Amino acid sequence: MADPGGGAVCSWNLHNHKKQSHSSQSRNCTKNGIVKEGQQNGKPHFYDKHIVESFEEAPLHAMVFTYMGYGIVTLFGYLRDFLRNWKIEKCNAATEREEQKDFVPLYQDFENFYTRNIYMRIRDNWNRPICSAPGPRFDVMERVSDDYNWMFRFTGRIIKDVINMGSYNFLGLADRYDESMKTIKDVLEVYGSGVASTRHEMGTLDKHKELEDLVAEFLNVEAAMVFGMGFATNSMNIPALVGKGCLILSDELNHTSLVLGARLSGATIRVFKHNNMQSLEKLLRDAVIYGQPRTRRAWKKILIMAEGIYSMEGSILHLPQIVALKKKYKAYLYIDEAHSIGAVGPTGRGVTEFFGIDPSDVDVLMGTFTKSFGASGGYIAGSKEIVDHLRVHSHSAAYATSMSPPIAEQIIRSMKLIMGLDGTTQGLRRLQQLAKNTRYFRQRLKEMGFIIYGNENSPIIPMLLYMPGKLAAFSRHMLEKKIGVVVVGFPATPLAEARARFCVSAAHTREMLDTVLEALDEMGDLLQLKYSRHRKSARPELYDETSFELDD
Amino acid sequence: MDIRRVKDYFSWLYYQYQIISCCAVLEPWERSMFNTILLTIFAMVVYTAYVFIPIHIRLAWEFFSKMCGYHSTISN
Repeated sequence: MADPGGGAVCSWNLHNHKKQSHSSQSRNCTKNGIVKEGQQNGKPHFYDKHIVESFEEAPLHAMVFTYMGYGIVTLFGYLRDFLRNWKIEKCNAATEREEQKDFVPLYQDFENFYTRNIYMRIRDNWNRPICSAPGPRFDVMERVSDDYNWMFRFTGRIIKDVINMGSYNFLGLADRYDESMKTIKDVLEVYGSGVASTRHEMGTLDKHKELEDLVAEFLNVEAAMVFGMGFATNSMNIPALVGKGCLILSDELNHTSLVLGARLSGATIRVFKHNNMQSLEKLLRDAVIYGQPRTRRAWKKILIMAEGIYSMEGSILHLPQIVALKKKYKAYLYIDEAHSIGAVGPTGRGVTEFFGIDPSDVDVLMGTFTKSFGASGGYIAGSKEIVDHLRVHSHSAAYATSMSPPIAEQIIRSMKLIMGLDGTTQGLRRLQQLAKNTRYFRQRLKEMGFIIYGNENSPIIPMLLYMPGKLAAFSRHMLEKKIGVVVVGFPATPLAEARARFCVSAAHTREMLDTVLEALDEMGDLLQLKYSRHRKSARPELYDETSFELDD
Repeated sequence: MDIRRVKDYFSWLYYQYQIISCCAVLEPWERSMFNTILLTIFAMVVYTAYVFIPIHIRLAWEFFSKMCGYHSTISN
């Protein structure tokens, strides 16, 4: 459904696929598959879910000015490189040694040019050291630079009580010590802090077994395995699942850990357009029809890799359609729920619960404990055969130190809180508060007229800024107002689409969000950031009929 | 009061120019260099417009009026 205002707003009902261009058989498959699941689960109301995602296009003047700004900084970059090359100016960047000047140049490509000349000028907006727990408010260490961001020094002052809109703290569980964390202290007393061994040798503790059973129960799957590091969970386990002669179909905006794992495995990788089921179906059909490149043999395995919530776009995966495609073409599905576990779904079980899909339909469920559980590490869950295979063949299990016991206890504690096993309703309250905060924040930002990407239920909210000058000014002004935001530019996003990314948390109160929204309103007017064409008017809407009953 | 509002508006406009053209992230000497070059080009454009536009308009007017005048003498 294209919006006449020039943006792209797509809203679709799950059981009404007339707009899709699948073949009729696929449509029947989709309909039958989803409706049947719904009746089995007994939760049919999720299928009437009306999903709204918006990726509005930028106005033309914003794009022109963005490219113009990059052009000017590039010209000055060439000038400064010239001055550095001819030793008129001291070079602070990395260069080759004198003896290597005749070799192939190392620092002449665009990435290094960009780092030296554009990133360095606005580098003070990233990597800011903090000195407290990353709760809803935190303390930032103040630092200044005397030579335009080449070297920083700390002034010694600490900026206290900065509102935290950047940490992945969806349920507010990453906070300082309080009485409910007493079990972590006990575990620290009994087990110590280090494990000093790998899973295969002597690093498997009973805490790990308890945690793995709890994760399997939480996700409603047969078995799970936990690892010490979230990035390593992806990059070290995908090579254990696929190898040469297999095909990986991965979304174009997948995280680096998935890309690294796919490349390490040696399988053939093909990329489909972001969240685009037609592109994925075309690739699947070509793979099944033509097989491997030269020999035309069938692929050993076809693995579709996608994420639950994409962290730079805020979009949620179209899970029902991918599951339908996977069943039709007999492929396997690997979902990275790093940002969606504990954040979406009525009881926080992730995208499978959000759409009402049976978790056993997804072959490999992966997630991390960093975002919603306030710990570190990752897990892979699925059927018992897959998890047992990983226990034996995973590189992380064989070579990497296993998870530290106090961290495992923190995950156990937070998972029990979310599931309600500790006897209180605090977990459910936190989830509902997160959903409420997300909807409120997104709705207010849309009303103010900013361009926001992503699904309306995702707690990650990217706000488009476009120009590099505005990126720097925005971040600096917000820190002056004591609000900490994360801004993202190239190369994490496309060159012309720099954004500020907000992460709403259940620990944010309505007053904090209102403070932030007021500051954003002011910044939007000062820096002219309100690009959206769908700004609502200040006048209330007029209704045709009266909404109250008239007594006779 | 009005003078202050006008001055505020112009300083806001100058801030917008600085942000959009990335002068806000350049060092001071680069900023002055960029402003100088831009003002020079702008001054040259204004001078060219002042000197040449009246002459061009007069020539164009003569050309078209001669064509229309020729046409009207033919139709007589």
